[in-house]
Amino acid sequence: MSDDVDLSRRHFLGVATAVTGGVGAVMAAVPFLASWKPSARAQALGAPVQVDVGKLEPGALLKVEWRGKPVWILRRTDQMLENVKATDAEVRDPESNQPQQPEYARNEFRAIKPEYLIVIGSCTHLGCSPIERFDLAPADLGADWRGGFYCPCHGSKFDLAGRVYKGVPAPLNLPVPPHRYLSDSVILIGSDSGVA
Amino acid sequence: MSTSQNEAARPAGQKQGGFNRWFNKRFPMDKMLREHITEYYASKNLNWWFVFGSLALVVLIIQIVSGIFLTMSYKPSAEEAFASVEYIMRDVNWGWLIRYMHSTGASMFFVVVYIHMFRGLMYGSYKSPRELIWIFGMFIYLALAAEAFFGYLLPWGQMSYWGAQVIVSLFGAIPVVGESLVEWIRGDYFISDITLNRFFALHVIALPLVLVGLVAVHIIALHEVGSNNPDGIEIKEKKGPDGIPLDGVPFHPYHTAKDLVAFVAFAIVFVAIVFFAPEMGGYFLEHANFEAADPLKTPEHIAPVWYFTPFYAILRAVPDKLGGVILMGAAMILLFFLPWLDRSPVKSVRYRGWMFKLALTVFVVSFFVLGFLGTRPATGVYTTLARVFTVLYFAFFLLMPIYTKLDKTKPVPERVTYHD
Repeated sequence: MSDDVDLSRRHFLGVATAVTGGVGAVMAAVPFLASWKPSARAQALGAPVQVDVGKLEPGALLKVEWRGKPVWILRRTDQMLENVKATDAEVRDPESNQPQQPEYARNEFRAIKPEYLIVIGSCTHLGCSPIERFDLAPADLGADWRGGFYCPCHGSKFDLAGRVYKGVPAPLNLPVPPHRYLSDSVILIGSDSGVA
Repeated sequence: MSTSQNEAARPAGQKQGGFNRWFNKRFPMDKMLREHITEYYASKNLNWWFVFGSLALVVLIIQIVSGIFLTMSYKPSAEEAFASVEYIMRDVNWGWLIRYMHSTGASMFFVVVYIHMFRGLMYGSYKSPRELIWIFGMFIYLALAAEAFFGYLLPWGQMSYWGAQVIVSLFGAIPVVGESLVEWIRGDYFISDITLNRFFALHVIALPLVLVGLVAVHIIALHEVGSNNPDGIEIKEKKGPDGIPLDGVPFHPYHTAKDLVAFVAFAIVFVAIVFFAPEMGGYFLEHANFEAADPLKTPEHIAPVWYFTPFYAILRAVPDKLGGVILMGAAMILLFFLPWLDRSPVKSVRYRGWMFKLALTVFVVSFFVLGFLGTRPATGVYTTLARVFTVLYFAFFLLMPIYTKLDKTKPVPERVTYHD
C-alpha cells in the first residue's frame, strides 16, 4: 500500500541523505589522504645543498646526498668530453629531448659548464644506483665501452653525460637536478633561482 | 527458533541446560558451530590437495601471534629498526624463535597459498557456482602480497630498502600522476623514516584487518555454495531423504581429523625450517638484508623474495618501463577472470582432455621457470628465456576460451569416485 506513503518524498530524502553523506565522506577523507604527502619537516630536510668542487681532481667523481638521492658531480677531462661526443650514435636521446634536465643543461654535454657533469645517480629504470665504470673497453662491457655508468640491477648503461644507451631497460637519461653556481667552484644543488 | 526445535536439532543423549542454554539464547554459538563445523558437509573423497585451505588459516594465526610479539620489541624508525631486529635476535628471550617463525611463516604462507590456488586450477574450483569464492580468494592473495611487501621493509636491511625502492617506483611509470603518486606513497622524496613508519602501520594494523575480513568472506561464500571435490561435481545435487548430500560427510570430525594430520606434517616441516634453515639459502631471508639500509649504495644484485620472482621476471622481460608494469599487473589481474575464461563443461582435470592438461602443465612450468629467472640477473639468455615463458604464462589465460572449448572432455560420474 502506498496510499499513505509519499514514495517520491521518501525517494528524494533517501537520495539527499546519500549525497550529503557521500560528500561528507569524501571531505573527511581529504585530511587523511593529504597526511600522506611529504610533511613540513620532510620538505625542510629536502632543502638545497651547497657543494664546493674546488678540490675535485679532473676525472674524479664526487657523490653528495640530496633528498636521499646520490647526486654525482663528475669533473670531466677533455678526453671524457671527446668520448661523450663519440657515443652520440649509441644513445637513445643524444639531443636531450626528454625533459630530464633543466633548460640550461639541455646541451651537448648536459651541463652548465661542460667540465662538471651533475646528475642524480639513480637509474631511470627502477631507481638503483649505477656504478661508475670509467675504464675503457673492459671485458664485461665490450670493446666499444668509452667509460660511463653501469647499473648492476638490470644492466642499464649510461655514457659520461648520463645519457642512456639504446637497448637497455632504462628509458631515460639520468636526470640533471636543478642547480646553479654560487661562485666558480661552489654549486648549489636543488635550487636554480632565488636566494640560497 | 523455539526450544523444542532446539532440542530436536541436538544429538540424542546431550542435554542442554543451565549456562549453555542461557548463552545460546543470547548468542547463536551452537547454531554457528553446526552450520560451519559439525553439519557442514564436504565431499567424502577430498584428497590431500584439499588440506591447504586449513593450513593457510593455521599460518595466518602463526603470523598474527608471532607478529604481535615482534611489535613488542621492534622500533619502526630508520634510526632504530635494524638494531631493534638484531636486539630481538640476540637479546630478547626466545626472540630469535619468534622472528624466525614470522619470517618462515611469510614464505610458508605463499607456499601454502600457491598450492591452494593450484588445487583450484586443477579441479576447477573457480568455476560456477564458486566464482565469488575464487575472486575473494584472489583479493586475499593481493592483500597477502601487499602485507608481505610492507613487512619486508621493516627490518630496514639493504634488500628491504632497495626492494621497496624498486616496487614503489613502479608507480612512477603511470603517465602524468606517476611521480606525485610515488611521492605520496613514500611521504618523502625518497624511502625514509616516514615511509618505514607508515609501512609499519599498514603491515600491523590495516592489512591484517583486511586479510581477516577477506578470509571470513571467503569462508562464508564457501560454506554457502559448498566445497568442490576432485571430481568437480556438485554433491548437493544428490541428497538423501534427510536432505544431506549422499557423498557429504560432516567437516567435523571427518575433515578436521584429516586436516589435523596435514597440520602435524606441516608443523614438522615448519619447525625444521625454523631450526635448521631459517634463511633457506638466501631465499627466505636474503643475504643482502643482513646489512643495514644505505640509501646511497645499491646492492650489486636486487631480487625480491622468491614468492614475487615470477612477476618480477615478467616485469623485466619487457624493455619498456610502463609496458613491464602493465604486464606484471596483468599477470595477477588475469587470474580474477578465470571463471569466465574457462569454457569447459567440466570442472575437474580428471575429466578434461589433453589440451587443458597440457596448458596447465605449461603454465605451472612457466611459473617455476619465471620464478627462477626472477632471482637471476636480467642478462643475455635469461632475458630471452623470461620473454619466452612470459608469453607462455599469458597464453594459458588468453587462449583458454579457445582450448577449453575445443578440448574433448570425458563423461562426468554421477557420484564422487575413489581412485585408490
